[in-house]
Amino acid sequence: MAEIRTTRDVFIEEIYHRMHEDSNIFFLCADFGSPKLDALREKFPDRFINVGIAEQNLINVATGLALEGYTVYAYAIAPFLTMRAFEQIRVNLSLHAQLKEININLIGVGAGLSYDVSGPTHHCLEDISILRTLPHIIIFSPSDWVLAKKFVDYSINVKKPKYLRFDGKPVQQIYTNPDTINFDSGFCELHKGERICLVSTGYMTQKGMAIVKRFAEEDIRIGLIDVFLLKPFDEGSFYNVIKKYDYVITLEEGFINKGGLDSLISKILNSRNSYIRFIPMGFDDSYVFDIGSREHLHRLKKLDEESIMATIRTLIGEL
Amino acid sequence: MQEPGAEKTMDFLRKKAAWVRKETLNIHKIAPETRIASSLSAVEIFVVLYYGKILRFDAKNINWMGRDRFIISKGHGAISFYPILADLGYFDKKELDNVCKEGTFLGGIPDSIIPGFETINGSLGHGLGVACGMALALKRKRANENIFVLLGDGELYEGSVWEAIMFAGEHKLDNLIVILDNNRICMLDYCKKILDLEPLEEKFRVFRWDVRIVDGHDVSQLYYSLSALKQDRSGRPKILIANTVKGKGVPSLEADPLCHIKSLKPDEINQIVAGFD
Repeated sequence: MAEIRTTRDVFIEEIYHRMHEDSNIFFLCADFGSPKLDALREKFPDRFINVGIAEQNLINVATGLALEGYTVYAYAIAPFLTMRAFEQIRVNLSLHAQLKEININLIGVGAGLSYDVSGPTHHCLEDISILRTLPHIIIFSPSDWVLAKKFVDYSINVKKPKYLRFDGKPVQQIYTNPDTINFDSGFCELHKGERICLVSTGYMTQKGMAIVKRFAEEDIRIGLIDVFLLKPFDEGSFYNVIKKYDYVITLEEGFINKGGLDSLISKILNSRNSYIRFIPMGFDDSYVFDIGSREHLHRLKKLDEESIMATIRTLIGEL
Repeated sequence: MQEPGAEKTMDFLRKKAAWVRKETLNIHKIAPETRIASSLSAVEIFVVLYYGKILRFDAKNINWMGRDRFIISKGHGAISFYPILADLGYFDKKELDNVCKEGTFLGGIPDSIIPGFETINGSLGHGLGVACGMALALKRKRANENIFVLLGDGELYEGSVWEAIMFAGEHKLDNLIVILDNNRICMLDYCKKILDLEPLEEKFRVFRWDVRIVDGHDVSQLYYSLSALKQDRSGRPKILIANTVKGKGVPSLEADPLCHIKSLKPDEINQIVAGFD
């Protein structure tokens, strides 16, 4: 039975266990919590540091610790972590990583519209685009908590800077067998379909699952590929999977045409002179100030199930 | 309080400072795009740290874990550190003739591609926070090494510096020693005419730092203050406010609030260097 859990809690709980055996781990935060963080900060007061609401210093202190050989996790609200402290990430993570081995894992919570009613300052729509521009940063965008749990080993063993963007809300389990998750390719074809394939990341894969299921009830088979590692990304393997489709729709809770998931996928198709028709779905060039649930905000941006299904039905009509 | 032979040591340091100033001007002659005025204010600070053996280092083993870490946060003002590194054997002295030339590793602003530089420099406001992380790491490892940081006073306008100042005080990072190159001029004017930074001493004290103030061109004051600060592990981070003159040694720079962006002509450099001898 698929279990609903909060990604960050699963991840932090696992780090807490690792900190017992691995004295090389530091966990920093910018005054941001989680129910599972309470045990960690009580048990490891020497290796848990709350730097205060100071994202720039969060990155810089993490860098100093990493330069001295520690494995560091730096935890904060996603838009503030990535955008307030972007130049700290550029100088101290991206530039340093070209010269030295540093293992810093930035954990941003509140991907996309997780913090729906908190308004546009808390909506995180640009992080993938802007971090993709930085060399040497690994970008992890899991759709469920099983992926996140599996990523713990990777985060310790791969000694490079990483950005982990976690949803703020509990999410349904998608992956049933962690052994099938492959961080070398960066994606998983969750459903094989005919003609039309959805390519999504993070929370939008949850939505993709629901859409695929609803079409299946009508005997229409829609493909679904979950992209959980946007960088590095195995373009060749991805193209081998996607080339059987006629239409590709990317789904993301972020701006489109600005370097996000859609840009990653369209570049792969373009560079191979593919005839696959490409439809990016996400935020147009404006924020939402409207108040309401995530579903309500999705409806405003035509990212709700009905709008996406209507787009798919139009394509089916064209086939 | 002076040790026997102290005057000899001070003489040695003064001579080294004069030599570094001359070499720095020669580098500027080759690479006029370097920030000469900012580099001249820190000469005695670099000299005392290295030739005064305040810092523990090993030029033959630059990543030696027992070294004191030195972060030069005001990276643009570190051209005067190049001759010292070359002289101590971090790289070949011939490299000093290639600053800013194609294929060299000695740029206008140094990075850790240069042996002897710990971090990425050039963007202000990063060094102190990174140093805090290093200081914390050494404390957890129960290591005795110190972290030295060279900050510019203009750099204090960066908010991230104050995030780090708060952090260091709270975490009692007494293995952290900041030297403030207090030359009191930014790019466009005197700091006091932009946003007055004073009173600096009180600012650091209320953030729970130990503060000392010296003449940043007096090698003896620098030497004895830094020696004392290095020994002091009383639970507070430490700052040495070194009052300096931007463009020190070059009268036309010393008198100019816009000296940060001024380059000297080769003739002028020849004349000044001749005056040193």
